[in-house]
Amino acid sequence: MSESSAASDGCAVRATQLTRRFGDFTAVDGVDFAVSTGEVFGFLGANGAGKTTVIRMLCGLLAPSAGEARVAGFSVNRQPDAVKRHIGYMSQKFSLYGDLTVGENLQLYGGVYGLKRHDAEDRGRELLSRLDLEQAADRLPTALPLGFRQRLALGCAVLHRPRILFLDEPTGGVDPVARRKFWDLIYELADGGATVFVTTHYMDEAEYCGRVSIMDRGRIVALDTPDELKKQNGARTMQDVFLKVIRP
Amino acid sequence: MTSAASTIPHLRFAGVRKSYGGTSAVAGLSLDANAGEIFGLIGPDGAGKTTAMRIACALLLPDAGTVAMLGHDVVTSPQSVKRHVGYMPQRFSLYGDLTVAENIRFFADMYDVPSAQRREQEERLMQFSRLAPFRGRRAAQLSGGMKQKLALSCTLIHTPEVLILDEPTTGVDPLSRQEFWAILKQLAADGHALLVSTPYMDEAELCDRVALMHHGQALAAGTPGEIKAGFTRRLLEITGQDALTALRRLTQKRNELAVSVNRFGDRIHIVYDEDRQRENVLSLLRGLDMSARHVEPDIEDVFVERMEREERTA
Repeated sequence: MSESSAASDGCAVRATQLTRRFGDFTAVDGVDFAVSTGEVFGFLGANGAGKTTVIRMLCGLLAPSAGEARVAGFSVNRQPDAVKRHIGYMSQKFSLYGDLTVGENLQLYGGVYGLKRHDAEDRGRELLSRLDLEQAADRLPTALPLGFRQRLALGCAVLHRPRILFLDEPTGGVDPVARRKFWDLIYELADGGATVFVTTHYMDEAEYCGRVSIMDRGRIVALDTPDELKKQNGARTMQDVFLKVIRP
Repeated sequence: MTSAASTIPHLRFAGVRKSYGGTSAVAGLSLDANAGEIFGLIGPDGAGKTTAMRIACALLLPDAGTVAMLGHDVVTSPQSVKRHVGYMPQRFSLYGDLTVAENIRFFADMYDVPSAQRREQEERLMQFSRLAPFRGRRAAQLSGGMKQKLALSCTLIHTPEVLILDEPTTGVDPLSRQEFWAILKQLAADGHALLVSTPYMDEAELCDRVALMHHGQALAAGTPGEIKAGFTRRLLEITGQDALTALRRLTQKRNELAVSVNRFGDRIHIVYDEDRQRENVLSLLRGLDMSARHVEPDIEDVFVERMEREERTA
């Protein structure tokens, strides 16, 4: 089902035999997968499995040694700068400016992404309201709870309306209410047509994704919906799936 | 274990408070952790977990209340802390240039462990952590999971009765986490008392007892089963082909219906109180290809309920 839609031109990310070597070490070993537009795609794996290397290639930050990947319709091999303009990236250690207010942080990122002043202001206002940050607009991020800072980091990552959003362990350390709020925003973005690519070590979050891939030693060893993966592996939870497909 | 000792908990917090400036980090925490028990402090960043642990290790003074280690007050007898406690902070300092074995020996020397005893304990630690094949490897070259196991081994070199571990599995992959928790279970079975903090709700299920920490207080404490039994609301899970339409209708009406609506992938959870509300939800879904069933809450559901209750009364 997902294969056919992924194979069409409507796919947001497609990796074909994507490979990266560092000297004699093959970090990513001929990986094939496709992510459809509007999907929430979970990208899991053991420590050192090659996840970060794949993400760096998909973001146009690292050239593949072999194979290809297309992101938002651009080749990471030949058009890495176009790729960078069409993606958003948020890591667990998000970079917010502590001396700038919440509103100013959004304006700054508007400038970084080359938005016109008016557009940046309109978009900033829109995001403050959507992210439930209006009452915090004039405060410094350092004075706000982690959940607020996380939502602001998400706002900065989507200011330029990227078609694909990469989230690297986005909810680490926040309370469960803030975490649910954050996932509501992720679904809202996906329902609006954005493709969301999420990495996490926490298997309950894997359950929230439409499809999940699991990497082990440079290869993708499982890829399907959480329900299918559980069925295929006779597992009750994604945690059990993970432990079954990863070789100790 | 003598009978006299068994009546005193290995670790006892009694009304512990600590503020930084005007900010209250720990706001009246009381708990006991007994020999053979894993006690979990479950909560997000900023809940006061680290402050509570640092007070127990006599690294911070409480503003009020006491912590006792095997009956000794940690403030008045700090030596008992050093002898009885193994503390693994969030960023444990291993020496990257030293090998696995050298790191363990370094900590043995810091704690004045006699060399005969050290050799014996080192062997045991290598066995149970399965680090023996890596004993000559430099700590900097270990994987994340192996570093955590080495840090735990260093914490155990002086055979402390009480172990205080601050988020030992944060950033560790699920396979290494499972292995790490198996080690913690073994330590509890050997008679240690363990106080372990984690931001992740699913790890609560691995503890014998837990406290759900928020704003420096325990919102709830008890066995995971007791905590889940304390859930006072009801939970309906809705799944099916028309999930998006269902979600749209439900979120539009959630205030009117006075229910919480949460999406978890292709499942929708409705938290409600009365039959009437369930009927209203089901009638809203009429005509859609969706089915509903009652589900039991998990620890996170309880945490969210308690946080919301707290905010309503605040």
